[in-house]
Amino acid sequence: MKWESVIGLEVHTQLLTASKIFSGASAMYGSEPNTQACAVDIALPGVLPVMNVEAARMAVKLGLVIGAEINRHSVFARKNYFYPDLPKGYQISQYELPIVKNGYIDIEVNGTKKKIGITRAHLEEDAGKSLHEDFHGLSGIDLNRAGTPLLEIVSEPDMRSAAEAVAYLKKLHELVRYLEICDGNMQEGSFRCDANVSVRPKGQETFGTRAELKNINSFKFIEKAIEFEIERQIDVLESGGEVVQETRLYDPDKGETRPLRGKEEAHDYRYFPDPDLPPLELDEAFIEAVRQTLPELPDAKRARIKRDYKLSDYDAGVLTATAKMADYYERAVKESKSDPKLVANWIIGDLSAYLNKENLSIEHSAVSATKFAGLMKNIDDGTLSVKTGKQALELLWKGEGADVTDESAAAESVIVKFDLAQIGDTTKLEQVIDKVLAASGAQVQQYRSGQEKVFGYFVGQVMKATGGKANPKQVNEILKKKLNG
Amino acid sequence: MGPEAVINKSLAELSRALQTEETSSVDLTRAFLDRVDNGQGLNAFITVDGDRALEQASAADARIARGDAGPLTGIPLAHKDIFCTKGLLTTCGSKILSNFIAPYNATVIERFNQAGAVILGKTNMDEFAMGSSNETSYFGAVENPWDRACVPGGSSGGSAAAVAARLTPAATGTDTGGSIRQPAAFCGITGLKPSYGRVSRYGMVAFASSLDQGGALTHSAEDAAYLLSVMAGFDPRDSTSIDRPVDDYVGRLEQDISGLTIGLPRQFFGEGLDPEVGQRVEAAIEEYKRLGVKAVDVDMPNCSLAVPCYYVLGPAEASSNLARYDGVRYGYRAPEYTDLIDMYKKTRSQGFGAEVKRRILIGTYVLSAGYYDAYYLKALKLRRLIAQEFQQAFQVCDLIVGPTTPTTAFKLGAKVDDPIAMYLNDIYTIPANLSGLPGISIPAGFDDAGHPIGLQLIGGYFAEARLLNMAHHYQRVTDWHKQTPAGCA
Amino acid sequence: MLTQSDVERIAHLARLEIDQGESKVFSDSLSRILALIEEMNAVDTSGIEPMAHPQDVGLRLREDEVTETNRRAELQGIAPATEDGLYLVPRVVG
Repeated sequence: MKWESVIGLEVHTQLLTASKIFSGASAMYGSEPNTQACAVDIALPGVLPVMNVEAARMAVKLGLVIGAEINRHSVFARKNYFYPDLPKGYQISQYELPIVKNGYIDIEVNGTKKKIGITRAHLEEDAGKSLHEDFHGLSGIDLNRAGTPLLEIVSEPDMRSAAEAVAYLKKLHELVRYLEICDGNMQEGSFRCDANVSVRPKGQETFGTRAELKNINSFKFIEKAIEFEIERQIDVLESGGEVVQETRLYDPDKGETRPLRGKEEAHDYRYFPDPDLPPLELDEAFIEAVRQTLPELPDAKRARIKRDYKLSDYDAGVLTATAKMADYYERAVKESKSDPKLVANWIIGDLSAYLNKENLSIEHSAVSATKFAGLMKNIDDGTLSVKTGKQALELLWKGEGADVTDESAAAESVIVKFDLAQIGDTTKLEQVIDKVLAASGAQVQQYRSGQEKVFGYFVGQVMKATGGKANPKQVNEILKKKLNG
Repeated sequence: MGPEAVINKSLAELSRALQTEETSSVDLTRAFLDRVDNGQGLNAFITVDGDRALEQASAADARIARGDAGPLTGIPLAHKDIFCTKGLLTTCGSKILSNFIAPYNATVIERFNQAGAVILGKTNMDEFAMGSSNETSYFGAVENPWDRACVPGGSSGGSAAAVAARLTPAATGTDTGGSIRQPAAFCGITGLKPSYGRVSRYGMVAFASSLDQGGALTHSAEDAAYLLSVMAGFDPRDSTSIDRPVDDYVGRLEQDISGLTIGLPRQFFGEGLDPEVGQRVEAAIEEYKRLGVKAVDVDMPNCSLAVPCYYVLGPAEASSNLARYDGVRYGYRAPEYTDLIDMYKKTRSQGFGAEVKRRILIGTYVLSAGYYDAYYLKALKLRRLIAQEFQQAFQVCDLIVGPTTPTTAFKLGAKVDDPIAMYLNDIYTIPANLSGLPGISIPAGFDDAGHPIGLQLIGGYFAEARLLNMAHHYQRVTDWHKQTPAGCA
Repeated sequence: MLTQSDVERIAHLARLEIDQGESKVFSDSLSRILALIEEMNAVDTSGIEPMAHPQDVGLRLREDEVTETNRRAELQGIAPATEDGLYLVPRVVG
């Protein structure tokens, strides 16, 4: 039998607000346990939630760029269940009326384009964390994360392969980072994905029973987990068994999914509208103001950069991998007024090598776009050769030129300090050339008698005498003038 | 002024005595602390911190001496033990919070602190405000000062008994289904429940969030006006707090009421109303007519279903609000348990009393899968019908008037085993909570057994000034509110 | 009508421990309360907008500012069990 897999994804994106969604505690990641868990977060008796406007703005941002409807009226509900990382005994979440509904994302797999529907995106609060180690058989609860804003983005079951699921996920990942509403860090859990996977005989309309794969924290694992799960379900069905509806966890070490340990309780979350929070009403002015803040989106930026700077698909792709990367590139081109292809090559080549070595993203580059532009300018105008250019970049990366207040002059200061400039001074070069010619009487004779091959000898001698800093183009010109004149 | 002189004074009189330094806050506080100490066995207080009260009193005296005192500076007040008070035990009448020292102040407490009022102590109450007799308190029942064999009403029973017995000049309370007005009626005092959103709920331990509202239990409407002036106002920490100016409650007390119309819902005067209560309420209406007020009958058929509606919504919200009491971050934790779920269950079963459990169970049930539409959603729709009924009534009248309760105070223990009978006590008070409207209960006489009778007035949204003004006019021509229980003078 | 097994099911959802005797008592009183509640059915509410909030207002939004500071020591001072800044509970399965 031919099987078809059906995949839907639920993605929890942690929104990049300064404070929590319903309290004024910091939402920063990585602090000492419970130092960012305020009275509201630990659910003291009598405390009340007050909604963070930025979380609403961020949700609207996403809604606008996925062509979704923004609900002018959305409702926060309580999802009731007991768990030690859930201090109130309920999670505030949107249930019947989410802030965003009916959007889509275009993906492309092996040259085939496809539209993936997004059912809804709703705001909710994150839970804390249970830590299982070191407490003599007890668990320790850290509530720093409790109350961090999440936007849960739920897709339609529109994907038919692990590759499509990954393409969708990467597209969404790129989008939320472009919008600067989520840092996309999968290891730290700020971009988490659950996958609903089922299979059915090809051609069948109804869905098969699905398994939910929980919290998979890399693109690679998502792909492997889904692939494993599809194979597993097909095996079960082909051997006459039935797929059980359950939650399964992916074990990256063994490359398999397995059922969540312990008996799963039948959930009854008893959702009802949170009486502490009136409905969230958004007017046109609010939505319009958010629309004004939308950045250029990845696909548009890629096309424009490719066109404006006459770059290849590959170059444009690399340079727009993140909005920050594209900003860096465009600033470097603009400030250096250099050949855009030259700047692209240096960023994709040498600068990226440094960044990768230290595992840094472009916004944390040791060489700022302005410093880099200064470097590009000196390469473009011939002051630096490829070789001395690389030297200058290394020096800048190591912090040379950091004392220069005007960052655009940092490269020049390094060039002067380490004497990296090609000799561009004609008079000085003429003196060197005169000396070389005077010392090479025999070769001059040969050249003038028609053996033009010896020209290379003169160039070599000049370069040797200048320590490689002479501009080859200039050397050629002067030599020709003197030998022919 | 000696202790005897101060206990029957109005807040305005006490305030004047403090301003003219006829007495000091320290003396006044000490006088009431002594009365609380004697307590007359009422069990009205859960916590009293005399040293702390006297410290606040001497700070108030210094403030008066500096000349920057307000009307309540130096006045001792008692607070229902539902308001979080920083550094003081805040139990909500429950074992589960019996060790809970609040690490912050409720907005209401913060406002009274800023006004320079003194915290005399925290008053007894039904556990988590669930009750109409104060008998569900983990700290024991409170007695009614008018008849020690009777309940003071609830849930703000401690506050009502303390004010009636002159253990405190005035007190705060909260009202979810009648918890200020009903005990005020039973104890012969004035009880004001403001409009939903008028007084901040921040720091007020939640029972049913869409119904709870803080208010005042006092001797008179005038005293209530002074308290509300401090309590009312917008609070950015409460998303349901309404941002609108606070009226001049004291200044509008004397406003003319002639020509106003009161509406008498026939559903408030039907079956179940004790004839003696009915007679006193009729007499009060006659009194209003003599003051130039017109009376019209209004029909509010859905109000008779307010109790069933309330017993869906209140427990539903409570079942969720009380989920945080799990023994993890504060409060009581069971001493022995086998695992996490067992810890939750033992902590909660040992920490909550029977009535609280009953309401958690009913609330959990009406929200559970398969029942939500039939119970919870149905109740939300009925709630709108009830609220609309009030708005229709206010087309033909300015205020609704009727009895506060169907009967006067009943015997301790009489209804503990009959929840339905207990719930029906709030039949006239619940509609205002469902609608979010302000209501006030004022003393309107006594039955033959000498138990006080309450008259209820319900106003439109944010009509507190009008309610107080109407109540004040009645109190100018009657002296029911000046009566003192035997042995309490 | 609420059976004893209904009571046990909702008691578990609400994390309340209820023994046989109690579940009998609760099933009696809860059934009577339910009968009271069902009086609501006397009114036709079709087409009526549910009223979850007494005031017809929209949600007020606050600016995204950090206003709270670290009060861990104070807040954990009232906790039943803590260690190294963590709240301690019996082991969470998972």
